Amino acid sequence: MESLEALVAHIQGLSGSPEEVAHLHSLLKQADGEPLRAHAAALVPFLAHLSPETHSLGYLYLLEACATSGSNLSDFGGGDFLVTIAGFLTACSADQIRLAPDKFLNVCRVLKDQVMQLIMPIRGIAPLRAAVRKIQSSPEQLTPVHADYLLLCLLAKQYKAGLSVLEDDIFEVEQPKDLFLYCYYGGMIYIGLKKFPKALELLHNAVTAPMSMLNAIAVEAYKKYVLVSLIVNGQVPSFPKYTSVSAQRSMKNHAQIYVELSTSYSNGRYTDLETFVQANSAVFQSDNNLGLVKQVLSSMYKRNIQRLTQTYLTLSLEDIARSVQLETPRDAEMHVLRMIEDGEIHATINQKDGMVSFHEDPEQYKSVEMLEHIDSSIQRLTALSKKLASIDENMSCDPAYLMKTGRDRGRFDGRFDYDDYDSVPHKYF
Amino acid sequence: MDVEGEVPAAAAAAAANGLGGAEEASAAPVSAEQLDVEAYAAQYSGRTRLARLLFIADRCGVEAMQLEALRMAYDEIKRWEDVQLHRDVAAKIGGRLGPRFGLDQAWVDTVTRRADQRKEKLENELNGYRTNLIKESIRMGYNDIGDFFYAHGQLSDAFKSYIRTRDYCTTSKHIVQMCMNVILVSIELGQYAHVSNYVSKAEQTPDSLDPIIVAKLKAAAGLANLETKKYKLAARKFVETGIELGNNYSEVIAPQDVAVYGALCALASFDRSDLKSKVIDNINFRNFLELVPEVRELVNDFYASRYGSCLGHLEKLKPNLLLDIHLHEHVETLYMDIRHKAIIQYTLPFISVDLNTMATAFKTSVTMLEKELAALITENKIQARIDSHNKILYARHADQRNATFQRVLQTGNGFERDVKSMLLRANLLKHDYIQKTSGPRKM
Repeated sequence: MESLEALVAHIQGLSGSPEEVAHLHSLLKQADGEPLRAHAAALVPFLAHLSPETHSLGYLYLLEACATSGSNLSDFGGGDFLVTIAGFLTACSADQIRLAPDKFLNVCRVLKDQVMQLIMPIRGIAPLRAAVRKIQSSPEQLTPVHADYLLLCLLAKQYKAGLSVLEDDIFEVEQPKDLFLYCYYGGMIYIGLKKFPKALELLHNAVTAPMSMLNAIAVEAYKKYVLVSLIVNGQVPSFPKYTSVSAQRSMKNHAQIYVELSTSYSNGRYTDLETFVQANSAVFQSDNNLGLVKQVLSSMYKRNIQRLTQTYLTLSLEDIARSVQLETPRDAEMHVLRMIEDGEIHATINQKDGMVSFHEDPEQYKSVEMLEHIDSSIQRLTALSKKLASIDENMSCDPAYLMKTGRDRGRFDGRFDYDDYDSVPHKYF
Repeated sequence: MDVEGEVPAAAAAAAANGLGGAEEASAAPVSAEQLDVEAYAAQYSGRTRLARLLFIADRCGVEAMQLEALRMAYDEIKRWEDVQLHRDVAAKIGGRLGPRFGLDQAWVDTVTRRADQRKEKLENELNGYRTNLIKESIRMGYNDIGDFFYAHGQLSDAFKSYIRTRDYCTTSKHIVQMCMNVILVSIELGQYAHVSNYVSKAEQTPDSLDPIIVAKLKAAAGLANLETKKYKLAARKFVETGIELGNNYSEVIAPQDVAVYGALCALASFDRSDLKSKVIDNINFRNFLELVPEVRELVNDFYASRYGSCLGHLEKLKPNLLLDIHLHEHVETLYMDIRHKAIIQYTLPFISVDLNTMATAFKTSVTMLEKELAALITENKIQARIDSHNKILYARHADQRNATFQRVLQTGNGFERDVKSMLLRANLLKHDYIQKTSGPRKM
């Protein structure tokens, strides 16, 4: 085993071009392991000699050895070490670190653990965000760092920071566990930002993902899914047929209280719902869902008032209070006022007569903004369709698929026919 | 059938005072004329007369009427041989009509003994026929046994016996006879699925049927549909019933009943054009309606939009209809449907309607009317909105252009969402598949 100085010299020397880096990589792999870790304490000063951008790969190996050496990080001067890691994550070169993804992931994990231990999650946000971008091979790929990053955003209540990562659509997933965590934390962030439709989308993905056995993350996601769907739609849809069998069978059993909540909600009486919530508030609290449940309660008023807009042109505040089961007309006025401000209904309150006049949605779909909105939607959807078509085409040319369908067809006919072959799609050059 | 005994449902009948006690009270105050039990029962014969009398006795709250019904039932039962019913009626009378109307044990014993004897005889005969394998005799044997059971109130046995004649029917006349027997017993048992079944069987016989039989079948079919709540089909069958029915089916239904049931079901379920062509202009059905002029007035009022008087007639008829064994469970639903149709029809031609005038037309208060309208609007049966301040109903037609835009945007969003999740799921499955083919790997 070379001495540390020699190793560092190699790193400094061989970080120029990609071939050199490859050579360096093999050297480092040789040097990696327990011996390196044993010298962990000694490594730190050497790190100062290396620069994170140019010597990323070497830096990474040394850093990872320090981080996973098992000794307490405070030995390395705690906070400073954190700064070192953070600096590295922000500054490293993406190409080099992609050669050793596991190590990179380990380092990120260590950062997250450390930050959580110090109860300062906000310090981990910026470095991890950079890390996400660097390790992703394409913006559509999900990495384990995503889940950690979102967790930190949640703990630090920096929901907007989480948005930048959530806005990319994910199409490639390597580890299903990452997906569940990503969807769950992402859903919570959207709930925090009150963007309930998007939260619903993410939670829906978590609940309907293919899984051979039920996992706890999916169950928690389902509980939130029920609550958010009550807020958005007023009802909980049944499982679509692509949900996995294990989910369909046992999901509801683990979330019994929530199912009862949704039936109570659909009966439409506020007082019943309220008593139900009071009775079970301990359960909701233990699931950390009490806040969301309270929002479900208030959404019931909103839904009832919205229903009134469909039937009446003007309605007195007492009548509103009575049909929505509020206490006084003043409460009704407050609710209606808040809904008007939030843009959920279009109405005017006439305080003199105590009347509310409901108006039609003034959107005429004639403005320039609306046109742009429609145009961009169309473009987005066309791109999506193309993507879908290309994936379908690729799939049809996949040898495994051809073998399966060819085999079925063969079984049916009992012999190979040229006609059969012709109808199987070929890739056109 | 005497004109005077026109179903009191038809004549200026009204609820007896205490009648509201048993059922929901009728809204309009009515004069205290009671259902003439004797005349009512005179229209029917056979077991249905008994059933109806007992039903009236159970349902009406007026003691006098109850006793009258029970008395008539008692006398009627003596003519038949149903021992169980005799016991029931005697128990119900409870000695209130004097000693003559008590449980007549001697009669019971004689009848039971006679019945046993007859049963034995019939069974022996049947066995004899069966060994002889003479189809016609076997058929008649089963028929006789069926009749015997029917007379004794053992309805399911009667049903079974009648069904068994099926195998031995040779001509279509036999088949028809079998069907009619089965229908009769099924109606009394309340098994209306069988009724519909056998009606269609009877109608499919190759020979052309006697018009009376056709009418009977139509009436029975209508009854079956009514009881299974298929009001539109029931109405169609009733209006197609030929007038030849007359009194020939009095063991099941009287022609006044055909008129009443048919008219009510038609009002509740037909649309305007059907109402005109099938009910008002239907010469055949007009004959039935003549028997119940009140109902005829009712239908005409509805068609001519005189809703106040129409609803008034309905209220008057209600108490007696509640005493009818076939109609009583459906009265509320039918009335509600008719009322809703009236309201919808009223609002159809207008752009705006003053709720006060509408309330007087329908003889209800403005608040009640507003509630009813709100319910109908929520169910999307009326396209309108209520101006609660000025108490006006404005017709409102959805703006198609805006609605289309909204729907398009929504569909686009839905598509995007679904395709994205699908691609994600496909990807997950692919990884799963790859892992499976490349052998077990640590997850």
